[in-house]
Amino acid sequence: MLLIDCPYCGERPEPEFVYGGQAHVARPQDPQSRTLDEWSGYLYQRDNTRGVHAERWRHTHGCGRFFNALRDTTTDQFLATYKSGEPRPDPKARAR
Amino acid sequence: MQPFSIWSLIRRGLTGQRGWPVQWRSPEPKAAYDAVIVGGGGHGLGTAYYLASEHRVTKVAVLEKGWIGGGNTGRNTTIIRSNYLFDESARLYDHALKRWEDLAQVLNYNVMFSPRGVMMLAHTVHDVQVSKRHVHANRAAGVDNEWLTPEEAKAFCPPLNIGDIRYPVLGAALQRRGGTARHDAVAWGYARAADALGVDIIENCEVTGIRRSPSGQVEGVQTSRGFIRAPRIGVAAAGHSSVIMGMAGVALPLESYPLQALVSEPVKPVFPCVVMSNTIHAYISQSDKGELVIGAGTDAYTSYTQRGGLHITSHALEAICELFPMFRRLKMLRCWGGVVDLSPDRSPIIAKTPVPGLYVNCGWGTGGFKATPGSAHVFAWTIARDEPHPLNAPFTLERFRDGTLIDEAAAAAVAH
Repeated sequence: MLLIDCPYCGERPEPEFVYGGQAHVARPQDPQSRTLDEWSGYLYQRDNTRGVHAERWRHTHGCGRFFNALRDTTTDQFLATYKSGEPRPDPKARAR
Repeated sequence: MQPFSIWSLIRRGLTGQRGWPVQWRSPEPKAAYDAVIVGGGGHGLGTAYYLASEHRVTKVAVLEKGWIGGGNTGRNTTIIRSNYLFDESARLYDHALKRWEDLAQVLNYNVMFSPRGVMMLAHTVHDVQVSKRHVHANRAAGVDNEWLTPEEAKAFCPPLNIGDIRYPVLGAALQRRGGTARHDAVAWGYARAADALGVDIIENCEVTGIRRSPSGQVEGVQTSRGFIRAPRIGVAAAGHSSVIMGMAGVALPLESYPLQALVSEPVKPVFPCVVMSNTIHAYISQSDKGELVIGAGTDAYTSYTQRGGLHITSHALEAICELFPMFRRLKMLRCWGGVVDLSPDRSPIIAKTPVPGLYVNCGWGTGGFKATPGSAHVFAWTIARDEPHPLNAPFTLERFRDGTLIDEAAAAAVAH
């Protein structure tokens, strides 16, 4: 079980959270003019990173808010958590 | 290859089991092959075997990062069934199931296929409706599946508690041809048979890059043991498919999650079949060694760690103890995880790719073991003829662009 540092509530156990998939996946602007490949990319293609992965979590059984995290998918160690809308931090600078 | 027979068993038995020959070679990689398979699990080894046996492509190497069968082939709960909802899936998985039935004879290797019946429980009204829909769809597609009342389910699996439990058993769908097989033996059997036909099985050989010509065609693979030239590369790397295919610039619609399983201490034969419950999420069978083999769910997050959270396995055990109260005092011996590659529609991808000479067999998610012989068979066809077999033609990469999904995810919800 992971311990996750919610940027609003602090460190809490994983069952309080719901995983939200890869972070920073922006819905395409001007959807009418997008090609099928672009829609496929938005809907289905994911980086599936082996290494440091930026991902969304929601503190469902807490503050209820979405936030982002950097986690190493080869160790499951969190390197940083940050609020939605903030840019992806440099993992080396935020590592602890 | 020295064939196994009752006489060879008796002879070795009388001489202290000494003198068994090595079952497959450990060759040094050659500089070039006609085809290279990345991934030495059941699917990859089987593909090499069918390439050699059915398509006469014998200059083949199987490259495995660790040891053969050490990935998801050795980590699954060995359940075999073909009762999928959609015609495309039912045909593909039934193609595999029919191959399981004579696989031991074909390979001359006892894969211990045991069609003891797979029973999938229904606990809610919605479950009952979905299960009956599956039963009818399967029967229309020529795949056996039947509906059992709770009493009939109890008669088929006496340890089952259909009494006063939190999620009562309202019925079950039973596929009698389903069952289990010995997972290691599948890898070993295919390895031995492929090796006998000249296939090189190269362990401890990690693929680190895929080289392409200026026209885009694959030229070979960079590995931890040097460059290996090959005009055709088949990737069957399960949870690491995204990583391998990324080396050739092919993005896949996959996410890799940890999936856990566990076994109990061994006990005498007490459990006659395979029981699965999607709703309270547990599956269980008993191995010939006597261990109860129990499958848990995936963790919530993507990971390559081959381990998961304890709360996931304890959740599965709570369901098992509720369904089978006689197991409450059993101790669990081992638990482990595997990295499974989930596709958005929970159906596999067995296809050509935009890169000439590069083929992929992935997206099996939480249920690839059952498909091993069928998957390997059609993947070998795809590689040998540079076109899909009719059975895997719908399982393309392009379906995620064109919208022709085979949406078993919506159909089955959890377990595959």
